[in-house]
Amino acid sequence: MTLATLSVPNAVDGTVPRPAILAATDLHKRFGGTHALRGIDFRLLAGEIVAVMGPSGSGKSTLLHCLAGILRPDTGSVTFDGQRIDDLGEAERSRLRRTAFGFVFQFGQLVPELTALENVALPLLLGNTRRHDAEGRAADSLAALGLLGLEHRRPGDMSGGQAQRVAVARALVTEPAVIFADEPTGSLDSLAGEQVMELLTAAVGSSGTGVVIVTHEPRVAAYAHREVIVRDGRASGPGAA
Amino acid sequence: MSVPHAVLGLLQQGPRHGYDLKRLVDRYFAPDHPVAFAQIYSTLARLEGRGRVRLDGVEQAEGPERRRYAITDEGVSELDRWIGSPLHPEPHLQAALFTKVVLAILTRRPVAPIVDAERHAHLERMRELTALRRTASLPVGLLADYALFHLEADLRWLDLTAARVEDLRRDVLEPRETSR
Repeated sequence: MTLATLSVPNAVDGTVPRPAILAATDLHKRFGGTHALRGIDFRLLAGEIVAVMGPSGSGKSTLLHCLAGILRPDTGSVTFDGQRIDDLGEAERSRLRRTAFGFVFQFGQLVPELTALENVALPLLLGNTRRHDAEGRAADSLAALGLLGLEHRRPGDMSGGQAQRVAVARALVTEPAVIFADEPTGSLDSLAGEQVMELLTAAVGSSGTGVVIVTHEPRVAAYAHREVIVRDGRASGPGAA
Repeated sequence: MSVPHAVLGLLQQGPRHGYDLKRLVDRYFAPDHPVAFAQIYSTLARLEGRGRVRLDGVEQAEGPERRRYAITDEGVSELDRWIGSPLHPEPHLQAALFTKVVLAILTRRPVAPIVDAERHAHLERMRELTALRRTASLPVGLLADYALFHLEADLRWLDLTAARVEDLRRDVLEPRETSR
């Protein structure tokens, strides 16, 4: 066996045209004197996984926050499912984030006082799903992430990898159209990081959920269909949309 | 390191003798294991045979005659092609990547597109290996992991190089020595 024989067809079928579920055009964002985004275009197709890479301070997290409706760009537009979202009010953007988007952050950001099951059920309860139904779906989501038996543990009683898988289960439980992940494996060792990425990509693989992953780790970016490089607030590289 | 391309890059800066080329190849590309004179002269002969360099003059002072070579248009095209084409990503590419980056600086080509193209090629290969690992047996999966970690090391080096390119440009282009 040589490395040259380690070859499979590209996992991405770029020949089937799919609609862009999320698109941004000419985004600019300033923080005081810092011009964080300087005219970025971005597209995410349904079911597509895109890695956003770039040096620290290049604007990649700002891009993610603008795409997810957490921040409003100064100029430019963000559309989700064909509708402008950058000009929505805070309440509408908040509703959108709760119902259509899922989030995974570097340190999970689970509620420490709640069990794994309660953490995962939380977005459904906030969306007025009945508790019994919410906990049933949360249990299914935890099982899909290989966390059967850990439903009643609190984050402090789990390993970093397990807690991060709970965070992924929470992001998936509402069956979002897009998941935003900011350095999702940044706090994990190689094996735990690999498990998180395998489970995340497997979970979205059949659902049509799009994923935007901000990462500085090439092995995480290798789970994406393509990469966008952000440098000095601009997108570059052959993978840029 | 690709000695022929290093020689072409140095000749794009201006015509040089074989002796100068050997000295500069050692300085920029092989400071820890100098290239033999014979390799420089055989490389020049092959490049001349392919029309990528031409004899620019012969000087006969004291000692042996000194032949001066210049790059041809075909040589510049070959250098463009080589620098612009991503290498087939395999582990242990650092020497070739390093040669490309230094040559780009020496010949005043933009570095960012080279780094972006190499990064993209590396990530494409890493995607293939990641997909393979999902279905492979454990031994093959571990072999894929080995390749993935080494390709990642190359990528980290590329990112660091991209971040330091202006420092590198100053260091490489600083005229500490001139050719004889």
